[in-house]
Parts: sequence; structure tokens; C-alpha cells
Amino acid sequence: MPALVIAQHDNRRLDPATLATVTAARVLDSAVDVLVAGHGARAVAEEAASVEGVRRVLSSEAEHFANPVAEDLTELVLQVADGFDAILAPSTTFGRNLLPRVAARLDVAQISDVVEVLAPDTFKRYIYAGNVLCTVRTKDSRRVLTVRTTAFEKAATGVGSAAIEEVPAPPRTGLARFVRREVHRSERPDLTTARIVVSGGRGVGSKENFQLVERLADVLGAAIGASRAAVDAGFAPNDWQVGQTGKIVAPELYIAIGISGAIQHLAGMKDSKIIVAINKDPEAPIFEVADCGLVADLFKAVPELIEEIERVKRERSAA
Amino acid sequence: MKVLVPVKRVVDPYVRVRIRADGSGVDIANLKMAMNPFDEIAVEEAVRWKERGIAEEVVTVSIGEPKVVETLRTALAMGADRAIAVQTEVAVQPLEVAKMLRAIVEREQPRVVIMGKQAVDDDSNQTGQMLAALLGWAQATFASRIDLSDGEAEVAREVDEGIEVVRVKLPAVITVDLRLNEPRYASLPNIMKAKRKPVETLTPADLGVDPTPRLEYIRFEEPPKRQAGRKVESVRELVEELVKRGVI
Repeated sequence: MPALVIAQHDNRRLDPATLATVTAARVLDSAVDVLVAGHGARAVAEEAASVEGVRRVLSSEAEHFANPVAEDLTELVLQVADGFDAILAPSTTFGRNLLPRVAARLDVAQISDVVEVLAPDTFKRYIYAGNVLCTVRTKDSRRVLTVRTTAFEKAATGVGSAAIEEVPAPPRTGLARFVRREVHRSERPDLTTARIVVSGGRGVGSKENFQLVERLADVLGAAIGASRAAVDAGFAPNDWQVGQTGKIVAPELYIAIGISGAIQHLAGMKDSKIIVAINKDPEAPIFEVADCGLVADLFKAVPELIEEIERVKRERSAA
Repeated sequence: MKVLVPVKRVVDPYVRVRIRADGSGVDIANLKMAMNPFDEIAVEEAVRWKERGIAEEVVTVSIGEPKVVETLRTALAMGADRAIAVQTEVAVQPLEVAKMLRAIVEREQPRVVIMGKQAVDDDSNQTGQMLAALLGWAQATFASRIDLSDGEAEVAREVDEGIEVVRVKLPAVITVDLRLNEPRYASLPNIMKAKRKPVETLTPADLGVDPTPRLEYIRFEEPPKRQAGRKVESVRELVEELVKRGVI
């Protein structure tokens, strides 16, 4: 029986997290269907139909799917669930909110944040803030999984032409309704998909000082992250948080500024290709995972770093 | 209004766990234990509701080894009124926990269940959503602000894009995120008082739930180690290195 991927999207575009989830689903089963619940989301359904390896797109249009709540979306997933023996969603706040509700209704033990599919019933996932890697086997015949999107390649788009089938939307449950979303508008790249991430920690010292981190990020065209300590201290908004309880990132370059490297933070960034750490404490645990460590006062080193990068860029464009 | 706060006993998040040499499990014997930090935030919120007259009674429940009573005492010292310990030697998993909590909810009839968004040991982030599903209740997950009014709650949720505000009908399950509040430290007099607060002891069988897990954790291993790299002496050297590696 095929696998079903619940698409994450904004009614205009498929979120890249969905593409990684399709890749995980394809390891489980050669037939992968994608469920797109939205409002005026035809373009998303068409994009999903073009994803490599997708067999069929189930499209469900309703006003209450413009910004769906888990209560309503669950009813839709249950309506189509009979045809699938694996249901997957990305391990983003979208998938984490939705999928356990689906799993409980199906009486299936969900496996969260899967990083590897070993067999149709056997998976790898981390526990204890990324300190322990577990192999988990389920006794349930049906599998409900959330997928760590940095652990799987994104499936290609624009290659396939799967059929799009309409699925009638179940009525609102009336249990919950969306009110509004407060998005931090930013010209910067998205934290979870950026090529470069510059993160600040408690060592940055204040919200004002965080501008230094932002300046470095902007010189590099990078996304901005923060440690939990920096978020707790009010230096940075929570949606910048990288770590066990925040976002998992794996950019090509991760620059940690004034971050000591608590295990909870390392859990969110240690799969980055190159890690740079700037910290005045030579004993900081961040240096144990950093490819390039600089023991220095960040207030001196970061402005210098900005200057040096600008110089390199100037020389490059002059050449 | 009655509020139910499930709390989990976990290894203290600042203690590093060790994997048994044969890869059969994680050795947590003799490690310092604590209340799951997210659940602490949930207890704090419930106690504040009581202090503001929004909640009449705060009941806390924990499921696990007999020592969960210690964790419940912490919740009682913070201001919960009474506690329920569901004792089992089985390492219970989210679906079975949610089923036991459903049975407790049916007995206790709270208007709100408030709990941590995830436990920092298994990092599953499932139990609250599963409980809401089993009860047919609304769910408001990852809450950073909660406004309770007549029959409804407006909840600001921490989502990847920023903040999402939802309105949920009561009864509801609310799971909490970090920034909701800062949990208090229990004062010595309150710790003493907590020792006299009632703790009821139950078993999964009393709740009609088979605690046997469906997921088998068959192997535990160290994550792939990163090679610690080298230290550079100056910013200039750092930039040269990054240019050499082609990342800037």
C-alpha cells in the first residue's frame, strides 16, 4: 500500500520541508501520494504533482483550509487514511502539531523526527537532545512518522506529472479556529534552508548587541539563529532558536558567536558542514565540534570579521 | 475551573546520559532526576491561574516509576493542590500515556489540561496532541501566551514562521513552550506544606490501560562524532580558511 505525505505549504508554494519528506516516504514505499489541503492552492497541488516520485496528489479545497487548524486537518487525513499504511509529515511545527492527533485517532504509536529509514518498520531517531541515536522498530502495521527534513535530500520538482484528484473537505469541527499569524518579516533567507547561518548566544549580552550578529549575517547573506539562552534572555525572538526545542539546521556554514555550546544547542546544528565558533572562553564546549575556532572577545572579533569579509568581497569584485 | 497538569520525571537536562556498553539502553541509574522543564512551566501557569482566581483546583499527575511521587511533591510545593501517581515499572510511551491521561480526565473532569510541549528525554512531542485527539478536545500546542475567557482560550503559539494565534473551545489541551513564564522556586515553607498534600496512587490496570509499548528501542549508539577542528589565531586567518574551503 502506498505512503501518504501531508504537504506543508502557504497556499502559494510547497514548503521545501515537504520535498524532504517525500524522499523519506520513497525509501518506505515506491508509491507516494501527497495530500494538499488548502484554499486557492491549485498551484501547490500542481507543484506537488511535479515532484519526483509522486504518484498522485490529493487536493482538498476549503475556506477553513486557508490556515488550517490540526483539529480540522485531522478529519481530512482520517477520511483518506484507509488507503495508506504509512503517513508522513515534516517534523516542523506544522507536522509536530498535526501528526500525533492523527496517530492517536488511528491507534498508532508515532515515531517522531526520523533521521533514517532502515526497513519499513525500523527507523533511526535521536533522543536526549541528540546525544543518543536510537534504532526503533514498531509493532504497528501502519506507520505514522514525522521526518527530520535536514536528514533527507529534497526531492526534485518540475520533473513528474502525477494525477491530481479532488477530495471533498470535511466540515469544520468548530473546536478551534485560526485568528492571525505574526510573522517576522525579513529579507534574510529562511533559517532552516539557508546556506549560511550566523547565530548568537548569551555572550552577545543584549538585544542591542545582537545587531552585531545581524550585521555579520547581512554581509554574508546569511540567516540568523540564536541559542536558547539568548532567546530566554530576550536578546532574540523565539523563531530564531536553534536546538533541541527550536529549529534543526544543517547549513554549509554555521557561525556560532558567544555560544558556549550546551548539548541542547548542539542538537540543532551539529550536522552543519562547517562550524565556526567565536568565544572568549577557550574551554567552551562549542570548540569540541567547531572546525574553526577563534578564542577572542566577540565585540572585537566580529567587527573585524565583517571588515575582512567586506575586503575579500571588494577584492573579488575588483578582480 | 479545575486544571490538570501532567508532569514527567526525566533525567536532569544538564546531566549527560551514558549509553550502556552493549548498546542495549541508556544508563540512568543514579543520575540526578528533575521535572521535565516544559512541565514546570505548565505547573507555574496553572498555579498562577489559581492565584488569580481563574482556577479553583490544580491537580497534577505523573506516570512512571514509584519515585514519580518526588516529582509530584515538587509540583505540590509550587502550588498544586493534590496529586495522582500512576506507578509502573514499564517505560511507558506517549500513546499509552495519553490513554492513561484520558482515563484520569474522565474521572477528574478538568476544563483544561496543561502540560509541556515535549519531554526532554525522548523528545517525542506527542502526548498532548494525542490526549486531545482521544478526548475529541481542541488542542493549542507550543503556547507562549494564554488568555482564558468564558468557554474559550486565546493562545499564541510558537511556530516556525513566528507566532500563530488560535482560539480554542474549552475543554482543551494546551501544551506550553519556553517563553510562557518563568517557573518559581518553591519556598521552604511551601516544600514543608507539600508533604502534607494528598497524593493518590494508582496503577495502569486501575485505569484500564495496558502500558506495554508498541515501539521497541532495539539499539542505542553514540551519534557520529564530529572531529574537533583547529583553532585559528586571528580573524584574518579565519577568513582565509573560509575562503579556502569555498564557503564565502
